[in-house]
Order: sequence, then C-alpha cells, then structure tokens
Amino acid sequence: MLLRSLHFTGEEAPPFELKGSLFTLTVLHLFQLDRAAIERHLAEKIKQAPSFFNNTPVVIDLEGMTDSPEGLDFNGLYELLRAHGMVPVGIRNGTPMQQAAARLAGLPALPESRSANNGKKPERAEAALMRSRIVSHPIRSGQQIYAPEGDLIVLGAVSAGAEVIADGNIHVYGALRGRALAGVRGATETRIFCQSLEAELVSIAGRYRISEQIDPADRGKATQIHLMEDRLIIEHLSR
Amino acid sequence: MATIIVVTSGKGGVGKTTTSASFATGLAQRGYRTVVIDFDVGLRNLDLIMGCERRVVYDFVNVINNEANLNQALIRDKRVENLYILPASQTRDKEALTKEGVERVLNELKVGFDYIVCDSPAGIERGALMALYFADQALVVTNPEVSSVRDSDRILGILASKSLRAEQGDEPVKEHLVLARYAPERADRGDMLSVNDVLEILGIPLLGVIPESQTVLQSSNAGVPVILEDTSEAGAAYGDLVDRFLGKDLPHRFTSAQKKGFLQRLFGGS
Ligand SMILES: Nc1ncnc2c1ncn2[C@@H]1O[C@H](COP(=O)(O)OP(=O)(O)OP(=O)(O)O)[C@@H](O)[C@H]1O
Ligand SMILES: [Mg+2]
Repeated sequence: MLLRSLHFTGEEAPPFELKGSLFTLTVLHLFQLDRAAIERHLAEKIKQAPSFFNNTPVVIDLEGMTDSPEGLDFNGLYELLRAHGMVPVGIRNGTPMQQAAARLAGLPALPESRSANNGKKPERAEAALMRSRIVSHPIRSGQQIYAPEGDLIVLGAVSAGAEVIADGNIHVYGALRGRALAGVRGATETRIFCQSLEAELVSIAGRYRISEQIDPADRGKATQIHLMEDRLIIEHLSR
Repeated sequence: MATIIVVTSGKGGVGKTTTSASFATGLAQRGYRTVVIDFDVGLRNLDLIMGCERRVVYDFVNVINNEANLNQALIRDKRVENLYILPASQTRDKEALTKEGVERVLNELKVGFDYIVCDSPAGIERGALMALYFADQALVVTNPEVSSVRDSDRILGILASKSLRAEQGDEPVKEHLVLARYAPERADRGDMLSVNDVLEILGIPLLGVIPESQTVLQSSNAGVPVILEDTSEAGAAYGDLVDRFLGKDLPHRFTSAQKKGFLQRLFGGS
C-alpha cells in the first residue's frame, strides 16, 4: 500500500524545477550611507533615464564603502531603492556583520562574480564599458532594449514609441524614430550614431533633446550625436 | 498539418474581419480546406460578414468548454466548398479563451484543414494575444494613417516576443502587410500616408493593398465576403492578395490614382 501511494505521488508532474542560470544585473556600488545624498543622486539619475528605473533588479556592492559601520540599516536602504523603482535582490562584499544584517533584511550575500573590475575598486562609470549588445531585429513601438555596461548596436530601425538605452554608445543601422539614451550611467564621452535621425528624443549622459528641438535640417540625415562642453551636438556623417 | 494565420492590427475597425472573411474564402475557392475562427468573443461579427449568422448553434467558447464538439460548432459555408466558420460567442467575455483550450481546438482543427485563419479582436488584450499566440504567419492589417501604423508596429513587436514561436525560439512568425482602405488620390494629396511611407515605417513585405471601396460596406451588409464580388476593385485586390500569399508574383494594383475612363466618370464607381 505504502509503495503504491509513493508510486502515485511520484507520477504527478512536479510543480517546479530548479535550474541554474546566468543574469546580467545592475550593481549599485555604495560608497556611503548618507540617505539624503543617495536620494538626491537617485533623483538626478532618474531624470536622465526614467525608464531604466522600472523595477530594475540591483545588487548592492559594499566594497567601496568609505566608512563601514557594522550595523547598516538594510531595511531602510531597501525601502529607499524600492521607492525609486529599483528592486534590491542581494548584496556583494561587506563584512560578515554587514552580511548578517543584510540577510535579516531578506538580502542574501551573493558570491564573488567574474565582473569587469573584479578585485579592483570600481572606478568611474566609464571604466566599466566593455560589453556590447547586438540586436538584429527591428525594435518596435512599446519595446525597450537596454545594454548595461556597454554599447547597443541595432541593425534595423527603432520605431516611434520604442526606446533604446545603453551605458555606452548606441549605433542604429536603420532609422532612429523612437527614443535613444546613451551613457545613462553618466559616461559623457558616449555617442549616438544613426542612419536616419527621426528620433522622439536623444540623450547622452542625461543631456537630452526632444524631437521639437532637433533642427529640421538634421532630420532624416545620417548623424552622430555627442556632447561638447555639456552641449548636445548633432553632426552629419559624411559617406 | 494546417498552417495557422492570424489577421491582426492592434487598432480597431481597420478591416481585420473583412480581410479574414475574404482571405479564408479565397483560400477555399482555390481548393484549400480552410476554417476561419472568430476570436472577437463578445462582439461576434465574422458570421454576419460571412452571411451565416442565422445558422449559429454552438460557438468557439462552447467547444473550448467541452459543451459541444467541433463538428457541432463548425458551420459549413453554403457558397464555397472547403470553407468552414467557427463563430464567436456573443454572451461570454474574452477570459473564456484559455491558452490550453485554444490550443486543444487548434490541434484538433490542424488535422483536417490546410489553413486556419484567426480573426483577431482589436487591442492587445487577452483575445488578441490568444489569436496570435499559436500563429505561423500573420496578416497585419493597417490603414494609411499614423495611429494605425503605430499600432501595427506594436503588434509586430508582440508577434516577435510573445508568440509561441518567439517563446520557443523557433523560426519567427512570418509577417505580411495588408494595407486596407487605401485611397490613392488622398495619398497623392498628402492627406494620408502612401504605400511607401507605410512600408518604410513597418519594414515588412507587402501582401496586398485593398482600396477604399463602397462595395465593401454593401457586401458586408449583404453577408457576402467582398472577394466574391470579383468585378469590384476591392474584390479583385483580395483575389490578388490570396494568389500572392500562395506564391504568385503579381504586381500591386490600385496603388496609384488612375485617370478615370469616360464611362467611369459618367457612372461613378469605386
Ligand atoms: N476596403 C474598404 N473600403 C471601405 N470600407 C471598408 C474597407 N475595409 C473595411 N471597411 C469597413 O470598415 C469597417 C470596419 O471593418 P472590419 O469590421 O473588417 O474591421 P475590424 O478591423 O475587424 O474591426 P474590429 O476591430 O472592430 O474587429 C466596416 O464598416 C467595413 O465595412
Ligand atoms: Mg473584427
């Protein structure tokens, strides 16, 4: 009898399965725990790339903390980030005490990863640019594509109502009709390149121009967009 | 095994049902066993356009809920051989369309038919998502105006990301553009987008241009798919569209403003 019932339960389709998987996650390198300063800085970032902060999972890295109080208020930090559209999923580095406190707040300590700047202290945002993401299909209205820590290369068009975002440069080998935001983590030397500029918005490191502010003479042209002394410059690409 | 084709658009009232009815009729006329399914649960008008509304006993949702079997629900077209209609229910809401239920019905239909045409409701809600989920190919119906084109673009994005083919990483859903209610004179005047404008924005192959035509309204009211009015421009355009779908290489007609002949000027005509 016992065997039989065991046999039957064994035949049921299992309700879930566990599998390992790799993800690219945004890492928030925390330097100090000044709530007001964090909030100010976040507001600034959100202004630059509103859609980036849309339930974006983040890992909090404590390695760069200047002062390392043992009892960090992880609950408070969690609430703060949630309120700004980020979803903390864990922490990295930190002292054993900090890791214990984080665990109590529901944030597990993640193992060391093979990150771009493993071992080194995170320097400036620019230093981390290395991966590029290539998208070979057109990006349609309502879609959003983000290339963290690198360039975004789109082989087709970016439709009106679509959004392309990169920490690095953005290349569009078709018409750019939607929104393009390069250097969203502050890299001011990033650029946007496109075959035909028809964008709703272009932005580099937070300086942006909306469609209305784009010179009609530049519309429909192959262009590159970059920052010069904090101003957005649109230049035609010669062939 | 049947090929599943969704007729979709995003925006409402652009000609999906008109296209579904004529497309399915055209395939059947050319000898393919074809069924056309109304996914517009709650509104139900494919059966009106097909002229079989008085013969509806059971509907798609009855079959999904196992309240009737397919043989009871399928309506055989009286004019064209090989053509069947699976009507929608007027009394249910779209939540009745479960993924499992739709899949089961489609699998059953796949065995006996060459083509399954799914007439999608407007929007991007459940009914529309279910209509496109299992599709192998899509007819994206667009009118030559900015909002319609924008919605079609959105639907193309959904086809490329939320269909079963996309989820499984199979070969993507094959996309065809149907530009309906096209009025060349108005496009020439710049009152509406031209064929090339639309092609440039959407970037998918053009299957057919259906001219704006009074005949469509008249034949819909009479319950006759306009493709059967083969002397009308819209009917002929749908005929070409079906032939092109089946692999014929035909030039596009009705895309440029024609100088009307003397008789046409005298008697009007669309
Ligand atoms: N080529 C055409 N010329 C003139 N009128 C047309 C044409 N195609 C469709 N119509 C008219 O447009 C209206 C909407 O057509 P139809 O019902 O096929 O659209 P639909 O996309 O299925 O709408 P819904 O989104 O409500 O399901 C109908 O009145 C129909 O007669
Ligand atoms: Mg309809």
